[in-house]
Amino acid sequence: MQSKITPTRDYIFFVVFAAAVLTMPIWLAPFGAGYPDLLQKFMIYGLFATGFNLLFGLTGYLSFGHAAFLGVGSYTAVWTFKLLGMNPIPAALMAITASGVFALLIGYVSLRRSGIYFSILTLAFAQMSYNLAYSVLTPITNGETGLRVLQSDPRILDSSAGSGGPLLANLFGIELTGYAGFYFCAAVLIIGFYIAMRIFRSPFGIMLRAVKTNQNRMNYTGLNPRPYTLAAFVISGMYAGLAGALMCITDPLAGAERMQWTASGEVVLMTILGGAGTLLGPILGAALIKYFENIFSAFNDQTLHEIFGFLPDFLETPIVGLTSLFVGEGWHLTLGVLFMLIVIFLPGGIMEGFSRIIRLFRRDESKSAAQTAPAE
Amino acid sequence: MELLKVSGVNKAFGGLKALNDVNLTVNEGTVHAIIGPNGAGKSTLLNCFVGRLIPDTGTVMFADKSLIGLKAHQINQAGVSRVFQTPEIFGELSLLQNVMIPTMAKRDGEFALHAFKRLDKDAEIIDTALHSLEDVGLADKKDVIANSLSRGDKRRLELAMCLVQSPRLLLLDEPTAGMSRADTNNTIDLLKRIGEDHNITKVVIEHDMHVVFSLATTVSVLAQGTVICEGKPQDIKGDPRVQEAYLGGAHL
Repeated sequence: MQSKITPTRDYIFFVVFAAAVLTMPIWLAPFGAGYPDLLQKFMIYGLFATGFNLLFGLTGYLSFGHAAFLGVGSYTAVWTFKLLGMNPIPAALMAITASGVFALLIGYVSLRRSGIYFSILTLAFAQMSYNLAYSVLTPITNGETGLRVLQSDPRILDSSAGSGGPLLANLFGIELTGYAGFYFCAAVLIIGFYIAMRIFRSPFGIMLRAVKTNQNRMNYTGLNPRPYTLAAFVISGMYAGLAGALMCITDPLAGAERMQWTASGEVVLMTILGGAGTLLGPILGAALIKYFENIFSAFNDQTLHEIFGFLPDFLETPIVGLTSLFVGEGWHLTLGVLFMLIVIFLPGGIMEGFSRIIRLFRRDESKSAAQTAPAE
Repeated sequence: MELLKVSGVNKAFGGLKALNDVNLTVNEGTVHAIIGPNGAGKSTLLNCFVGRLIPDTGTVMFADKSLIGLKAHQINQAGVSRVFQTPEIFGELSLLQNVMIPTMAKRDGEFALHAFKRLDKDAEIIDTALHSLEDVGLADKKDVIANSLSRGDKRRLELAMCLVQSPRLLLLDEPTAGMSRADTNNTIDLLKRIGEDHNITKVVIEHDMHVVFSLATTVSVLAQGTVICEGKPQDIKGDPRVQEAYLGGAHL
């Protein structure tokens, strides 16, 4: 049995979510995560994973090329900065449009196949985009150096153009760095989360779940699964494009490495780690991975020696040697272990862990209720 | 009135001729059973009605419209629903959601981008779906996940999903396969009751003669890809050609 989802519950859930996001700088400070750079990453990757989840979590189609949309969004945003000016709103809108069109093209071709073939096709397209950005498309992408905004760019809507101010995204006079950047990204994430929630509860959302569950029955029910999956693919591509734009809004620089397959793989990990098909899971997964990346990659032999300093020397050296494999550059090893543990013991991700804990408490309650019930 | 008219249908798989010049007419309001020994081509014929297979030659007309070349979902939208031999349902969704999906398909067509409506506020769809679940006696389980149902209940759910679309033609592929005698009788009662309430034309593929004789108004006998005999159930029973097909054809 599922717990009943009502509009009121959703509304409360949304308000709590928004409040939690906006107060992050306060309640994450004790964990050493209360600084804007990391918080911005939580927001951006949370949005990316939320969009990815609309495709993977609902329809079950596993795209291994979502970083391509992230890259397209980034390049479009920087180009909008260069041509129109440093206002983030046109940049975000242009990035959504461009990545949507790009997703439509890739999705139209890739969705002719399902399962592993679909994944491989999307991966191939993303790698193609990455290589194109590095080589042939250098005039647009500026290749290896990365695309950035220059003082000599037209920026036709900027009143301050030519005045030589710093080239940062600027929302009606507020420079979007630090906490201002975080709050901008947080606002976008909250809007993105709201839209995702509406899709989850809509007839469209249930059709996407139907695609995942039984396409054969869907066909014989008079529904055409193709446009549904394509729409989900495009929406999810738009989310990725918007996330790419946010990266450039907080730091106006776009590079091709954003499109690499490792970036596509990362969003898959985030979504599965948090819980595919749940609303909150992907955001949790994204935040957790970015948080651990931040902590573990900052460790080095020096800090490890300090941690294990209490041990006798003959133990300290091998232990430091062993653990140093898992930190710093090698923190992906930690991520791999964490991922394996989650997939083996909690296939539904962190969200499944939560619901198991809640069920444990519920069972205790119903037990005590049963003990008092016989009075009837 | 003729609802489904199959004429001159041939279908070969490599060298095997599965259907050999099949002619069949299903009249509106009847329950038409297609019987025949294993490998007679019953399922092949059914698959030609629903767009899964395309006949090599011949025509399949439904309400004076050709079904040849149409996709499965287009044929459904034209008014043909199908129940499978093993129930095809949306296993990970609740019973109510399972029935809401065909209800929406009927109302909104093969694709509708209603991404901002709330499903739980669409009273029209919910009421129709609930009513259909009541018809098959599953209303009290509406929030249960479909995969956890027994096989018999899954079949009833699938039936509810087809009936909620009020199709003009309902195709049933061995609706009682693998059921106990008691379950079979329940299904027969259910199908009879549904027939009276909704006046839906049905085509039943069946092995079980008990089911055929309790339900069918017309029977066609298929053997080696051809219709060898057609008529009322009691006439078919005594026909020597039918006995030949069922008993004589087998190498015992």
